[in-house]
Amino acid sequence: MELVCPAGNLPALKRAVNEGADAVYFGFQNTTNARQFAGLNFTDKRAGEGIDYAHARGKRVFCAINTYPQPDGWAMWTRAVDQAAELGVDALIMADMGLLDYAARRHPGLDRHLSVQGSATSHEALRFYHEQFGIRRAVLPRVLSITQVRDLAKQSPVELEVFAFGSLCIMAEGRCYLSSYLTGESPNTRGVCSPAAHVRWEETPRGLESRLNGVLIDRYAEGERAGYPTLCKGRFAVDGETYHAIEEPTSLNTLELLPELAELGISAVKIEGRQRSPAYVSKVAGIWRQALDRVARAPGHFRADPAWMAGLGELSEGATTTLGAYERRWK
Amino acid sequence: MTATTLELSLGPVLFYWTREDYADFYRAAADWPVETVTLGESVCSRRRDMKLDDWLGIGRELAQSGKRVVLASQTLIESEADLRDLRKLCDNGEFTVEANDQSAVQRLAAAGLPFVAGAALNLYNPASLAVLARAGMQGWQAPVEMSRDDLTRLLTDSREQGLEQPCEVFAYGHLPLAWSSRCFTARRHQKPKDRCQFVCQQYPEGLALRSQESREVFTLNGIQTLSGACQDLRHELPTMAEMGVASARLSPRAEGMAEVVVDFDAARRGALPAPDPLALVEAEVCDGYWYGRPGMDNTRGVAAP
Repeated sequence: MELVCPAGNLPALKRAVNEGADAVYFGFQNTTNARQFAGLNFTDKRAGEGIDYAHARGKRVFCAINTYPQPDGWAMWTRAVDQAAELGVDALIMADMGLLDYAARRHPGLDRHLSVQGSATSHEALRFYHEQFGIRRAVLPRVLSITQVRDLAKQSPVELEVFAFGSLCIMAEGRCYLSSYLTGESPNTRGVCSPAAHVRWEETPRGLESRLNGVLIDRYAEGERAGYPTLCKGRFAVDGETYHAIEEPTSLNTLELLPELAELGISAVKIEGRQRSPAYVSKVAGIWRQALDRVARAPGHFRADPAWMAGLGELSEGATTTLGAYERRWK
Repeated sequence: MTATTLELSLGPVLFYWTREDYADFYRAAADWPVETVTLGESVCSRRRDMKLDDWLGIGRELAQSGKRVVLASQTLIESEADLRDLRKLCDNGEFTVEANDQSAVQRLAAAGLPFVAGAALNLYNPASLAVLARAGMQGWQAPVEMSRDDLTRLLTDSREQGLEQPCEVFAYGHLPLAWSSRCFTARRHQKPKDRCQFVCQQYPEGLALRSQESREVFTLNGIQTLSGACQDLRHELPTMAEMGVASARLSPRAEGMAEVVVDFDAARRGALPAPDPLALVEAEVCDGYWYGRPGMDNTRGVAAP
């Protein structure tokens, strides 16, 4: 199984490669990728350096162009595809049907991966993308149970990549418009979710409050650990009761599932987090490298090292992790 | 084009109603001034009160009343059982299917059947429309988050590229904004999804999720999350017609839908009734997406209650 790590900038890319990533993925500095953060992502020049660095060490580089080309911006998205091809990336990660079509026609020799934003959750959907655009691999949304992944893997016409660790989207990716409902900007249109420009923190007599475009997302009592106000992880009132009505602040960690994922023939595990620091990427990549090596050596006797789990726990949202939808009872 | 060419379309019921409620609703809808009615369960496969044959029966009656009938496919396909149901729907042999996932597109294209593309297929540019047109698409819905200006551009560019297909805009109702494998209504009742006891049937217009300041933020509907406010674009229908939008979708609600349809029918003829101050108190209204703003915004400035 390939270890695919996030590269929000060149230092993160290098650290990921050094710690044992088999592949890294990056985006350009505009809305063509789903992690559009100020100060993040790559210019052409930096991308070229990163690709050289990874290739010199036998590692692969993927370019995420996984937002949806907007009606007034088609040329920006096709330019990103052409740039990535020219830079010599090993694969493009895309979601939009029109852009996949463009890449397949213009750069037929360049591998195409279906982004998680393409929302393919069945082998019929995978077959659609495979037949229409010749995708080689698909990244699965974080909504399937391990049993469902098993069923899907049996009949998938393409390689499968699954999320291993990082922030947990609990909605089917690519079809979540919650962020634009509150802020006008969404993953599909602008490559952002709950964008920082709309976040306000305020100390009040009722406690520390976090708001997204004026909407109260959460309120923290003295001593409570405050998290980034991702809109689906706030505390809301339903039927008079206030709780994490959608999801708690927590991160996905599928390390314990590694032997099973390997047995299912999953091709790659993906670490989320291009917005994270190089130090974070380095730590996570290192732990997953060790885990993957251990699975490869003795798949039947894999035990997750408690030190790994503790290490990943410290790097998680709310310091807690979940198996998410992979585990049936989470649903 | 003139304002009278704009059609009205009744979307699928997104909530889980009882068999009796569906029957009553569609019996009434047969006489409403809508051209198209889209039927079926598009949210959750566990909602099994209505079988495909039940929907087909309702569809035949509506067709006899002169409605164009479309069957909506499920948006989030998770299991082999979901795919089996999807195949049955696609192979129904009578009505066009609204494809709400690429699984449905694949199935319908392989069978050479025409289809309508749902809003969750994320059609933001002419190139995507072209892909689905080649696969058999005969009409499509704009993404719910698309603004008037973006849609104008998209319609113009598509026409220039010879891709003139009827486009539908979500004009009334709580906006479908997200789908999850987790059921939020069951979560509220502290039940696992597999043993949800169909609690969402207790909420025929969904379950309000409010901020700690009592602002209606979202509406929980099983695995689906809808907007907290009700999108209402009745004032925009003449503009839509000028832009070349073919139809305006009205999303069913349990109470007062007949009045909504009557008002929209009047509005598309340019005879918008005076606002009813009482009606505005009942639900927060939004229209932000249309103006390129946050979807929850209300540009007409009616204060939230």
